[in-house]
Amino acid sequence: MGDESAERRPAGELEAGVLAALWAADGPLTPGQVQGALGTRLARTTIATILSRLYEKGTVTRARSGRGYAYTPTEDAPGLTARRMHSELAKDEDRSAVLARFVSQLNDEDERLLRSLLDGGEPRTDDRTGGVGSLDGPDGGRAG
Amino acid sequence: MIYLVWVPLLTPFLAVPAARRVAAALAPRHAAWLLTAVALVLAASSSAALALLVVPGASYLPVVAVLGELLEPLKAGPPAVAVALAPVAGSLLVWRTGVLAVAAHRGRAELRRARAAAGGTAGELAVLRDSRPDAYALPGRPGRIVVTTGMLRALEPAEREALFAHERAHLRGRHHLFLTAVELAAHCHPALRALCEPLRYALERTADEAAAAAVGDRRLAARAIGRAALAGREDRDRARPRAVLAATAGPVPRRVAALLGGSGGASGPGLPSRTGRLIAGALLCCVVLSGATAVGAANDLHDHIEIAQGESAAD
Repeated sequence: MGDESAERRPAGELEAGVLAALWAADGPLTPGQVQGALGTRLARTTIATILSRLYEKGTVTRARSGRGYAYTPTEDAPGLTARRMHSELAKDEDRSAVLARFVSQLNDEDERLLRSLLDGGEPRTDDRTGGVGSLDGPDGGRAG
Repeated sequence: MIYLVWVPLLTPFLAVPAARRVAAALAPRHAAWLLTAVALVLAASSSAALALLVVPGASYLPVVAVLGELLEPLKAGPPAVAVALAPVAGSLLVWRTGVLAVAAHRGRAELRRARAAAGGTAGELAVLRDSRPDAYALPGRPGRIVVTTGMLRALEPAEREALFAHERAHLRGRHHLFLTAVELAAHCHPALRALCEPLRYALERTADEAAAAAVGDRRLAARAIGRAALAGREDRDRARPRAVLAATAGPVPRRVAALLGGSGGASGPGLPSRTGRLIAGALLCCVVLSGATAVGAANDLHDHIEIAQGESAAD
């Protein structure tokens, strides 16, 4: 990703990435750890600012950790209802009228095709992650 | 002539396959606009045509005659035909309206459920604690990106940015309006149903291209889509058995292939220019014909009504 441009992106968009990193982690993260997990050149102070803004909004909670804070995401919706609603939505995934899902269901042929597309054609070598060799182990490339 | 009224009811059977062919050769954003416009014109014309078929037969009913201040029934065709057609067209119209209302209601209910699931997040991102990978754009003011923890964990940070950029493109482009419009149009004429799938695909491709541009790496965007889809599959296979679908390439591999192919333009195999132009021409003819005949038939009927009301149709 264009790391230099990362600083120039709207604050809201940066928030999403930072929040996602907290959710993907197994425990509380300090700004430095978020920076490591994101693997971007986003300045630590920027991340700290974003985290404190998220804290003010109540999106994350924090606890003292050394000289700073470690942050944990808070559950948005009252858990149980939200989960039930989501289960209902997930059930008729392919019949949704208004929700544009990121990916639709795959059949066997799709899966085979997709794997060969992602594994096969490695047209360029400038990919910093080394292609998609770690397809089955998504954590392979994660820093931290 | 009263026969005009049949044209808008029949053109969708020709126009829809043509629209699909043309859309496949266009850039995704243009394809989305084309499919939506075609669906709306054809839906409006065919619904109008049905309504026009009801009127002549209905004019034989005393109530209608009184309300319409008609001195005699309309002479817009043989009386037996007019009387026989009216109830058929009328019940079709009522049935479609009902289906349309149910579909609109269902769409709203779905949105309500999605909003309830997303909760009252302050930010752009609503995260659901769920191991099943899922992500979608939740339209509204402001729109939200809903994503499960399962999805976040299945992707690398850079891939997550591609996912967010994809969903932002859906929200900014107000893609749900396109989807809703065509979904509802499809309830107006059975042939229009076949426009939904290409529209969905065109919208996904539009968002994919936006995501690729935002992260500045087409391959990264392709990988994000691929990995998200595969993660969902592995999870689903564990969760519940699923009927195996037809062995044609589904939308996800096509989207990934389109990103890896690096075109950024056509969402499918391009048409040979000559055939392409012919099909595009045929589509244009169908759509114009459909709209024009509906208007023509309405005009025609209006004249008949004026005659039946005892006015002269001199002009």
